Amino acid sequence: MRDLLAVWAGKAALGLSRRLGHGGSSLPGKVALRIQPDLLTAYGKKLRRGSVVITGTNGKTTTARLLASALRDAGLRLVHNRSGANLIPGLASAFLEQFVENPAPPDVALMEVDEAVFPDAVGRLRPVGVVVTNFFRDQLDRYGELDTTVSHVRRGLEAMAGEGFVALNADDPLVAYLGRGLRGRVTYYGVDDVRVGTKEMTQTREQRQCLVCGRILDYDVFYYSHLGDYRCPGGDFSRPPLTLKATDVALDGALGADFTLRGGGPRDLRVTVPVPGLYNVYNGLAALAAAIMLGIPVERAVSSVAEAAPSFGRMERIAMDDREILMALVKNPTGYNQVLSTLLGQASDARPRWFLMALNDKYADGTDISWIWDVDFEAMAARESAVAGVVASGTRSHELALRLKYAGLPAAKIACVPSLSEALDRTLGSVPTGGTLYVTPTYTAMLELRNVISRRGYAPQFWEGEV
Amino acid sequence: MRLAICHLYPDLMNLYGDRGNVITLTRRSEWRGIRADVSAVGLGEDVDFTAYDILFMGGGQDKEQKLICEDFQGLKGRALTQAVEDGIAFLAICGAYQLLGRYYETGCGERLPGIGLLDVETRAGKKRMIGNVVIASELGGGRPRTLVGFENHSGRTYLGARVRPLGRVCLGYGNNGEDGFEGAVYRNVVGTYLHGSVLPKNPWLADWLIARALERRYGPTSLAPLDDGLERAAHDAAIIHAGRLARLYRTPVRSRDIAGTGRRRQPVRATAGDDPEHKANAAVAVVWRATVAGQTMGKEDGK
Repeated sequence: MRDLLAVWAGKAALGLSRRLGHGGSSLPGKVALRIQPDLLTAYGKKLRRGSVVITGTNGKTTTARLLASALRDAGLRLVHNRSGANLIPGLASAFLEQFVENPAPPDVALMEVDEAVFPDAVGRLRPVGVVVTNFFRDQLDRYGELDTTVSHVRRGLEAMAGEGFVALNADDPLVAYLGRGLRGRVTYYGVDDVRVGTKEMTQTREQRQCLVCGRILDYDVFYYSHLGDYRCPGGDFSRPPLTLKATDVALDGALGADFTLRGGGPRDLRVTVPVPGLYNVYNGLAALAAAIMLGIPVERAVSSVAEAAPSFGRMERIAMDDREILMALVKNPTGYNQVLSTLLGQASDARPRWFLMALNDKYADGTDISWIWDVDFEAMAARESAVAGVVASGTRSHELALRLKYAGLPAAKIACVPSLSEALDRTLGSVPTGGTLYVTPTYTAMLELRNVISRRGYAPQFWEGEV
Repeated sequence: MRLAICHLYPDLMNLYGDRGNVITLTRRSEWRGIRADVSAVGLGEDVDFTAYDILFMGGGQDKEQKLICEDFQGLKGRALTQAVEDGIAFLAICGAYQLLGRYYETGCGERLPGIGLLDVETRAGKKRMIGNVVIASELGGGRPRTLVGFENHSGRTYLGARVRPLGRVCLGYGNNGEDGFEGAVYRNVVGTYLHGSVLPKNPWLADWLIARALERRYGPTSLAPLDDGLERAAHDAAIIHAGRLARLYRTPVRSRDIAGTGRRRQPVRATAGDDPEHKANAAVAVVWRATVAGQTMGKEDGK
């Protein structure tokens, strides 16, 4: 009775919030949880194959999308919080939406979960599998410090008490260390191709100390930020042997990245991830690791990953008549660096590009914007000929413009237009016919921009249809 | 002319984009034709502090602060004290600010010794003080000028007799959320909780540090003015924005004695009762009138 009431109330909230144009992400779940606090536990138990939870700072949504493609192709019915609403109410909303579509319980719940609520989500869902992508600084104003974030995830993993599998990014020492002494099936994935790395750490560094003794870790290669092949000089800790690895990585495509997968089965397989950049190689690996652990044949998982559509706002293309928008969500320095180097492309490619960079400081973006000073905009300024102009926008547009000035970009190429719709008009007007506008918004700026774009009749809003 | 900038422990103490401060010191020197060389000093490395003009250390996590504190016991610590007494310019943010103090008292009452350069002490607090901050500072002499930034700390810092505050809190928590002070100044050392990064949108503070460093090395000098249009816009926008956000995040607002007149201002009465937004806006307006609107913050630069 109570379940029904909760579902009914949630449904009503879902309809209402859609009508109001909010995309219905977490409000319905909030309402339903008020009435039935055990909603997630109850539905979790009805799943035939259980839940898979993805957590970590970056790559949750893309990894979930890629994995969803593989699970769906394997004939499994999914419930998936694909809009990226990853706090407890967001998870409950995903269950509600699924229930509204089809009341029969689905096979698998695929949930991306915010690090801070990860222990709570594990307690409620009792997942059969967990993927931890990486730990970077992200919204520290909300969580305090990076160590706190890591300890949340540790508590969640310990609460699994050896049940289910855990896929860990071995190249991130903070993630790999979580596998120490962990009971259950643990698989480590990582990149094994020094050609795509560097000897020196060039970008923001998160954590370079050995987690056992505190000494600075030695790196043979850095892939990006603090991800790489590392070992403690005292021999206390090193990158775990890779169960699943990417070799022969090719990053030159603007539409995707390729690599050879080793360790997934008796044969090596060539994998294409439909989103560009080295960070998406990791997302592809993470999704494949989980698919393999769930018993999906690796060849099939590889072809499903190649056919997956990019996730909402994570590097998506939107056609605007005779121009095109390439939008990539940014939320922390490491992600931003990866996006910038992918958007700017090869050093030989000096076509001047127009950028719309939007910085909001609402709760979901992180209210502290000091992280923009850790983004390597200097690398962008060094490729000045490839930058036709940048319009800074959003609630903190002035600070972003200032950041670009101090990065060394000429003042003539920087404009500050706080209103997102005005900024969009202005930049689109500057892009020549047939050209691309590169848009890098923070989370709430992305939602706002998508609203502006869809009000003009382009790009579907995200709850419409499955991609 | 040349300035040598020493970035202390950039790999351990760089939690909140604080390296923007080093970028700002460098750029603002270079734009004036002053060469700026930045060197990084890490754990266990010897430093000849006499070779430097400006020191900078950012915020870090607790366990990193402990490592650094140990690093400063002994010779390195004494050399640093000597350099400070000699007038070296030093900007320390958040964790670094706490570290320069006499001690940090943990929740269990254990006292972890600091470097002891600043006569301040910090006690662990339960509540994390997070949000935008606006302070009015008399550091540059003359009328108080505003500084705006973002704070994120649970330690509560109290000032001793041998330091003066960097400023008075107009909006936010400041040192401890109680006494209305923010930061500490001793000789040419500035400790503050302001992230942001603080220097880019408060360029007068960057120029104050550069001017102190030049004075010490080359005698009295005047800084050439720069085009600070973008800096001023970011500074002003951040203050207005902080006022708006104060309502959402229930940030404490102080509106007393901001203009430094010595007279305590009457608390602002809102018509709609105790509406925090109104109070925040009123506080910002007071700061605005006292410092920004009347005489733009850049005006005193270069004198």
